[in-house]
Amino acid sequence: MLTRQENSKDIHFRQIAERHQRRKARERLIPIGLFLLTFLSIVTTIGIVIVLLSETISFFQRVSILEFFTGTVLKPLSQTPQFGVLPLLTGTILSTLIAMAVAIPFGLMTAIYLSEYASARWRKFLKPALELLAGIPTIVYGFFAFTFVTPILRDWIPSLQATNLLSPGIVMGIMIIPMVASLSEDAMRSVPNSLRDGAFGLGATKLEVTRKVVIPAALSGIIASIVLGISRAIGETMIVTIASGSSKNFTLDVTESMQTMTAYIVEVTGGDASAGTTIYYSLYAVAMTLFVFTLVMNMLARYISKKFKEEY
Amino acid sequence: MVSMRSFRGRMISNQLAKFVFLSASLFGLLVLFVLLYRVIEQGIGWLNADFLTGRLSTQPEKAGIKGAILGTLWLMAVVIPITTIVGVGTAIYLEMYAKKGKMRELIQTNIANLAGVPSIVYGILGMTIFVRALDFGNIVLAGGLTMSLLVLPIVIVSSQEALRAIPAFLGEASYGLGATKWQTIRSVLLPVALPSILTGSILALSRAIGETAPLVVIGIPALLMPIPMSIFDKFTVLPMQIYYWTMDSSLLAEYANLAAATILVLLTALFLLNASAIVIRNKFEQRF
Repeated sequence: MLTRQENSKDIHFRQIAERHQRRKARERLIPIGLFLLTFLSIVTTIGIVIVLLSETISFFQRVSILEFFTGTVLKPLSQTPQFGVLPLLTGTILSTLIAMAVAIPFGLMTAIYLSEYASARWRKFLKPALELLAGIPTIVYGFFAFTFVTPILRDWIPSLQATNLLSPGIVMGIMIIPMVASLSEDAMRSVPNSLRDGAFGLGATKLEVTRKVVIPAALSGIIASIVLGISRAIGETMIVTIASGSSKNFTLDVTESMQTMTAYIVEVTGGDASAGTTIYYSLYAVAMTLFVFTLVMNMLARYISKKFKEEY
Repeated sequence: MVSMRSFRGRMISNQLAKFVFLSASLFGLLVLFVLLYRVIEQGIGWLNADFLTGRLSTQPEKAGIKGAILGTLWLMAVVIPITTIVGVGTAIYLEMYAKKGKMRELIQTNIANLAGVPSIVYGILGMTIFVRALDFGNIVLAGGLTMSLLVLPIVIVSSQEALRAIPAFLGEASYGLGATKWQTIRSVLLPVALPSILTGSILALSRAIGETAPLVVIGIPALLMPIPMSIFDKFTVLPMQIYYWTMDSSLLAEYANLAAATILVLLTALFLLNASAIVIRNKFEQRF
């Protein structure tokens, strides 16, 4: 009797010990599993860099770096193909400039209104409504630019071509307004009220407080939001692909059809360029340029907002 | 200098500025209304049962988007499990296990940088690795994996914020009862963070549904007749159909109407997703 009791007690203890052992093993294994999942984001970055770099190197074995970066003619399909990236670069830079000419004033004024002037209730309505604008897919903006904005602009500017850089530039700017507005507003709202109150106490109006106190104090955040907006505009693809056409013009005339780096990538991949051809490799050289541009902009934005952040 | 100007002048310029700032904020809303009005006006007449359940066709009157709708659903079927498992897993690792230091900072910076990489670059990655190197071809799985990589940073960051927002006493109480770390995470922290994690995942999903550029790069045929029945089939999605019909509208004006009708379907889907995110957040979010 006694031995049997002893026995069942032993079994019971052993079960507890086993369960404990299993739990300990699980506690050790889970962080390893989770780390492997985390590692995927590193692998993604490495993947992007290796893919872009290796094919870009193949491209530069066929076309000289100098010709690529200083060439003003891009004729990939011609009998004597030329691979100058400057037409694409001007297209990208010009469309970005137009977009920012829209996004910066409207974005900043919206941010000022939301942060300094709007009542809490009105702000609670306006802000989500503007965020809707940010949630609309870019393909829809492309459709809008091509079928609505371009025809309207053509009434004013008769020389405007059916595909041009101006219309997608403006629409891209509208798309970026919420981003600039929301990030700048965050920066302005984090300026402590004691600073505002000090200026109000001296008899300043709201406009004077905004100009002389709030904006200077929030400047790093505002600039960071603009830099991020620029990065977004550089990488934007569908709006320019649809509304700006595929002419590889090297010009500053935005009423003409021009191609951006992103639109070139779409055109070449859409045309089913067979692997191993120079055109196929040019895709990666352009994508690498695009990747470096946006990466520098994003890092710059983070550097600015970190480095020059005012602490109160 | 300020005192040199009359009090009246300063008040007037303040009121004027307020009006200008308000007008600028309303500009965005105005564009939103014009855009929606325009799309509805052009597309609503073409939106009917035949359009939703019909197959693609070169004849506008016969064309339908059943394939694109199913393609979008199949794409979600790939994106949802992958981004949830990897995204939430990464967030748990970074918030609960990773030691503060150089390594964690590196991973965090890397995720922030990935979030800023243009979507078309992900398309090139997907085309090179999934479509060509692994030789999947342009099937749902290849597109879904590419989209998953694209939206993963969004899921990771929002899940991290959700975990960080949980007050420390909940975890401490669980440890105090003798629970292990994983037991605490699984049974205490994750259930509390779930509504916020879900909201972030839904927003990431709506980004994936609306993206076009990566799929253009992967190579989706313009006129795909077969309807996808599994993740190993060739497919098309709603944004791709909008793209092709918009591009072809210069050939035949009716294609623009088909594009508008498809936009209505896409925007409705996005609206429903976002509305469900708001409902989840309001209904289940706990305050401490």
